[in-house]
Amino acid sequence: MDSVSIVIIGTGLAGYNLAREIRKRSPDANRLTLITRDDGAFYSKPMLSNALAKQKQAADLPIGDADKMRADLNATILTHTMVTSIDRTAKSLQLDNGEPLNYDKLVIATGADPIRFPMDGDGNDDVLVVNNLDDYATFREKLQDTSAVAIIGPGLIGCEFANDLTQTGHNVTVIGPDKAPMSTMLPTEVGRVLQDALSKLGVTWHLELTTSAINKKQQGYQLTLSDGQIVGADIVLSAIGLRANMALAEDAGVDCQRGIVVDRQLRTSDEDIYALGDCAEVAGLVLPFVMPLMNSARALAATLCGEPTAVSYPAMPVLVKTPAMPTIVSMPPQGTKGEWEFTKMDDGIKALFKDGEQLLGFALLGDAVSEKQALTKELPTVLD
Amino acid sequence: MNKWECLVCGWIYDEAEGAPDEGIAPGTRWEDVPDDWQCPECGVSKDDFEMVKV
Repeated sequence: MDSVSIVIIGTGLAGYNLAREIRKRSPDANRLTLITRDDGAFYSKPMLSNALAKQKQAADLPIGDADKMRADLNATILTHTMVTSIDRTAKSLQLDNGEPLNYDKLVIATGADPIRFPMDGDGNDDVLVVNNLDDYATFREKLQDTSAVAIIGPGLIGCEFANDLTQTGHNVTVIGPDKAPMSTMLPTEVGRVLQDALSKLGVTWHLELTTSAINKKQQGYQLTLSDGQIVGADIVLSAIGLRANMALAEDAGVDCQRGIVVDRQLRTSDEDIYALGDCAEVAGLVLPFVMPLMNSARALAATLCGEPTAVSYPAMPVLVKTPAMPTIVSMPPQGTKGEWEFTKMDDGIKALFKDGEQLLGFALLGDAVSEKQALTKELPTVLD
Repeated sequence: MNKWECLVCGWIYDEAEGAPDEGIAPGTRWEDVPDDWQCPECGVSKDDFEMVKV
């Protein structure tokens, strides 16, 4: 195959892992360029929500900086650079700092950004999110000399941060409209088991409530909840969910739904543009986790190196980093019929989602996590 | 015997325990784990593990 110019937008786990997989196949055959809005440090986003207990500063997290990655990947890496538009006819990108950049094959790996829900009050702009290394550095800095943290959003990330913050001695309050933690991934009674375990560490919950206003106080903030309750906090962290970063693709007229729509070869509606990771909707699935991303990176690297390969997804249980109550979830595919069966354990709970004899999903908490391996083997593959 | 931590997800490979579920016997040294082996939790390759001191 002739040498082609591959341009990857994004240097998160998706962009960098794709680049590595490409280089494993073709150490120097193709020209490789990566573009990032940050400094290009290679770090693992999932580690941001349990780095406190490990006493990791932001500077401890990167596996390599941009220079190391340039050398390792034999690639050009444009840091602190934004792509402002894609010209699909000319096959070029407009950058915010100068010349257009041409591509033969373009890969969008722009990830997902936190959803922001604007609230009343003069404290709204101070609400923190932790979705990248710079956010984490800011969060660490603001955490110093504080004792009370309010987390808006009792989902996976909210629960991981709640657990992590108790390990640094913070008083944690979690607020959200859900009946129980992680309501999009866990049945209510399973979520309650996780909730109880975190409560034992001192986490306070205000569930089935939203935050209507955040106001600055002389010290810290005052949150007004939907039932009129007032909660005080030194820091407010929002973790209400992620939305695929797909503006570039949308503006260029590439099909997007909940993510950038791609087929099993990770190809968008434009045959020279691909997408993977948290920004992509692969065969109808948006799965913002590491395992799907790694499978996608390997398949796409093969395709880009001249061996068209469809991505396959095995069953991919998600590990929730809540040491207070170890939790592993494999969500049943959307819209499948079946029923949850619950078995209480001495410590934890086992929940199996079955259609007749066929296991379709599970949630394993506490003692039940030891059954992960055996049960995963019974699950159907996600994409054959 | 050493322990190796996945830098992406935090999973730990303990040489003493091996990873029997993945077909790696207890006592298997890190260098003897096959190069194409992947982290059972997140799927990254051996390159992304680092030795941890305990």
